Amino acid sequence: METKPNHISWGRQFINDYGMIFVLLFLMLILSAVTIDQQRQIGAAAGQEVAAEINRNDSARNVLIATPEGKLDIEFAQSIQASLDQHHQLVATVQGGPREVNLALKEARKEGKTVNLIACTAASAKWGPVEDSQAVKIRPSSYRWPNFLMPDNLVTIAQRITVIAIIAIGMTMVIITAGIDLSVGSLIALSAVVTGVMIRDVFGGTDAGALGLWCSGLAGIGVCALVGLFTGLLIAAFRLPPFIVTLAMMLLIRGIANVLSDQRTIHEIPVSFDLLGKGYLFGIPISVWLMFALYGLAYFVMSRTTLGRQIYAVGGNEEAARLSGVRVKRILLIVYTVCGLLAGLGGVIVCSQLRSAKASYGMMDELTVIAAVVVGGTSLMGGQGKILGTLIGAFIIGVIQNGMNLIHMDDKTQMIVLGSVIVLAVLLDRIKKGEVSWKEIKSVFNH
Amino acid sequence: MQKSKQNPLLRMSHISKAFPGIQALQDVSIELLAGEVLALIGENGAGKSTLIKTLGGAIQPDRGQIEIDGVPTRIGSPLESQQHGIGIIYQEFNLIPFLTVRENLFLGRARHSLGVVNARRERDATRQLFERLGASIHPDTPVAALSIAEQQLVEIAKALATDVKIVVMDEPTATLTPREVDQLHRVVRELTSQGIGVVYVSHRLNEILELTDRVVVLRDGEVVGQQDIVSTNRRDLIELMVGRKIEDEFPKQNHPTGTVRLSVEGLNWSDKVVDVNFSVRSGEILGLTGLMGAGRTELARLIAGAEVPDAGQLLLDGRPVSFRSPRQAIRAGICLLTEDRKTQGLITHHSIQQNFSLPNLDQLSRAGLMNRRLEQQSLGDYRDSLHIKMVSGAQLAGQLSGGNQQKLVLAKWLQRNCRLMIVDEPTRGIDVGAKYEIYQLMNELVAGGIAILMISSELPEVLGMADRVLVMRQGRIAGEIESPQTATQQEIMELAAG
Repeated sequence: METKPNHISWGRQFINDYGMIFVLLFLMLILSAVTIDQQRQIGAAAGQEVAAEINRNDSARNVLIATPEGKLDIEFAQSIQASLDQHHQLVATVQGGPREVNLALKEARKEGKTVNLIACTAASAKWGPVEDSQAVKIRPSSYRWPNFLMPDNLVTIAQRITVIAIIAIGMTMVIITAGIDLSVGSLIALSAVVTGVMIRDVFGGTDAGALGLWCSGLAGIGVCALVGLFTGLLIAAFRLPPFIVTLAMMLLIRGIANVLSDQRTIHEIPVSFDLLGKGYLFGIPISVWLMFALYGLAYFVMSRTTLGRQIYAVGGNEEAARLSGVRVKRILLIVYTVCGLLAGLGGVIVCSQLRSAKASYGMMDELTVIAAVVVGGTSLMGGQGKILGTLIGAFIIGVIQNGMNLIHMDDKTQMIVLGSVIVLAVLLDRIKKGEVSWKEIKSVFNH
Repeated sequence: MQKSKQNPLLRMSHISKAFPGIQALQDVSIELLAGEVLALIGENGAGKSTLIKTLGGAIQPDRGQIEIDGVPTRIGSPLESQQHGIGIIYQEFNLIPFLTVRENLFLGRARHSLGVVNARRERDATRQLFERLGASIHPDTPVAALSIAEQQLVEIAKALATDVKIVVMDEPTATLTPREVDQLHRVVRELTSQGIGVVYVSHRLNEILELTDRVVVLRDGEVVGQQDIVSTNRRDLIELMVGRKIEDEFPKQNHPTGTVRLSVEGLNWSDKVVDVNFSVRSGEILGLTGLMGAGRTELARLIAGAEVPDAGQLLLDGRPVSFRSPRQAIRAGICLLTEDRKTQGLITHHSIQQNFSLPNLDQLSRAGLMNRRLEQQSLGDYRDSLHIKMVSGAQLAGQLSGGNQQKLVLAKWLQRNCRLMIVDEPTRGIDVGAKYEIYQLMNELVAGGIAILMISSELPEVLGMADRVLVMRQGRIAGEIESPQTATQQEIMELAAG
């Protein structure tokens, strides 16, 4: 009896499951290369740097701080004020434009002070020649770095893709059971409208409190979960094809959202509702935290729990699963409910990001969601697919969209590029898995 | 029979083919004469499939030469294979179920004028083809409405329609009833009388002895024997295939049987199962046989909860039970090893581990969380005790050989500790060595007090392994054979055919 402890190599398995991550990294590399630009420190960090530069010289000198009027510029100035040592005297802090700087210099001269140094931000250093002064400008050092890889931009990408990525979790589960859900785009609208209507009509519009906002959001999510359950019932109980059922639901739900909103945009939503969509925690948007948390949870469910095993089994071979004691119908109900629920959550996030609700939200989003799932390596045949692959897929789409914006590509070209990339990504996935052979390609042209 | 003495119809010389990790064929040479039936036998993994695929153009050999009618030939693709007059009847048919027999026969080469299909000409041609086969199938029947045996005839007719010289049949009788097997054999003889050479691959040695002229035995990719059928016998062939002496093909052990495990009373379902009554005791192997369509599989599915009966009652260990789903039956201790392991028993593109754990999720988890170590341990235990040849649990179930797939299905049910195991065609498409192991395993199970309901079309197996045999005919129990050891296949056939 041979007992080889021979496992399929870990690396091979990883490439099979998450090979698309290399596509993502490749895209990021390209975008980094084409968006390299002159970058300077900004805000408090820049202030620190400039102050340190000034403090390096011990001789007593007079310093003037000149900045534009932004929030980060104020931080810049404050940071310098706090860090200057006792050798240096701060003559004035100017926030405004070149004119204000010249006025301040004149003022100083009147008082008999000579300004030796002007602390500038990257922007104010470019202001024209300062009149009648030998003052030296000190500015934050510059470095070359891709616009794409700026922390702010990366956060933006994550924030932009959050809604798609969250819904793609549910879609992955549905597709693994060999189903599809075309109704998620409409569910975004339904959820947003239900949430908006609840806030406006039940909890007092812009005066709504935290409790009211919570209730409204949960109502939006709950309604969508119920719709998902209903979809699942139609599919499981009547054996209707998921494509047809969810196509019908897509129209039906969009219609209901229109009726509920009376085809008007709901604006009566308090500013405090922005927290979910636009709030930050440790420098990262709350919605992005939520997305990562949900992916962690979904990964755990799909890979470690009996539920996950059964979802894969139903898609792999429904009859074999049933004969092995899997409650197939219950599993279908669960996945369509989860998908509806997550689409509902997506709708609430959109509602919060835009601080409004409208029945046209989420139009065509179902296709982007499906694209994310498929690019992530999940097979539409069912039984196969990885949750984290979908996250990678969503990011691939997000990164491409962002990159195209960074290089100022127009909308028409963006569509062409996105479509091509989806085809290429799926093709690459098949090649990687060894499912494409030259012989087969040739055989298309036989006869 | 030997018209063309100088040039055989087909000569494959010194064929070798290696796959990563396996030498599938090693210097294999065979010849096929016109009008001859050549049997190709060997255990699973012996290289039969590779050899057939080489002929079919699906695989290119690394070395060696193929001559057809004495002309060296390269078979680069399935299409080229067809053009050289080779027709291959695979186990899985290449028919489109919703099209008619005629449409399937002329798929891709419809008889037409100006793009309009000439149905009448096609119909006539179809009738002629079936006449050559001595069969009558209406050209306009949808393929889905045909029995397996009839579909097979359509496949053969499809080959004939392309002016075939060589017909290769891969396990053609694996899913046929004895009567259909007889008909197929008539067809094969009809083909040879027309000068066609037939390569016949089968696990059923009785057929091979009865039908074929010569036999080539493969083992581990090499030809280990080549004999005229008149100068060999069943035992020699088995020993050649397995490479060692076999004591007894059916290692039947007799155990004292216990109390009644399951009794079935007045079971009815549609018109497939009619008023069925029987019981099976713990420690007993109850054989169940009959012609295809007699209702055996349906009966098994009713007991296992896969279908819900219209009427009737099941008593499990004396207590009435009724199942609305397989899950309930499984929980009660009834396991069904289905006849078709690829579509019902296993999820072939999932891992061995996932397949093994699927019916046992409750045992291998805690609060919904899989216990991976326990999973691997349990699978490992069965791998050792059932001698499942596998690389690791992460391997896909579909990559295992037929015998090992069947062992995996057995393992997943054994883990459940069932009380009644229903095995539907447990040794179909499995080589001699693995069959023997499965028989021994069944012995161990009944010795441990399990009751086994064994459905099988292979009469030697039924007579050799069962304690009692029920014969079904048209949904009813047509009769019972109390002591199979002394019974004959003839007795069963009389009951089955009525």
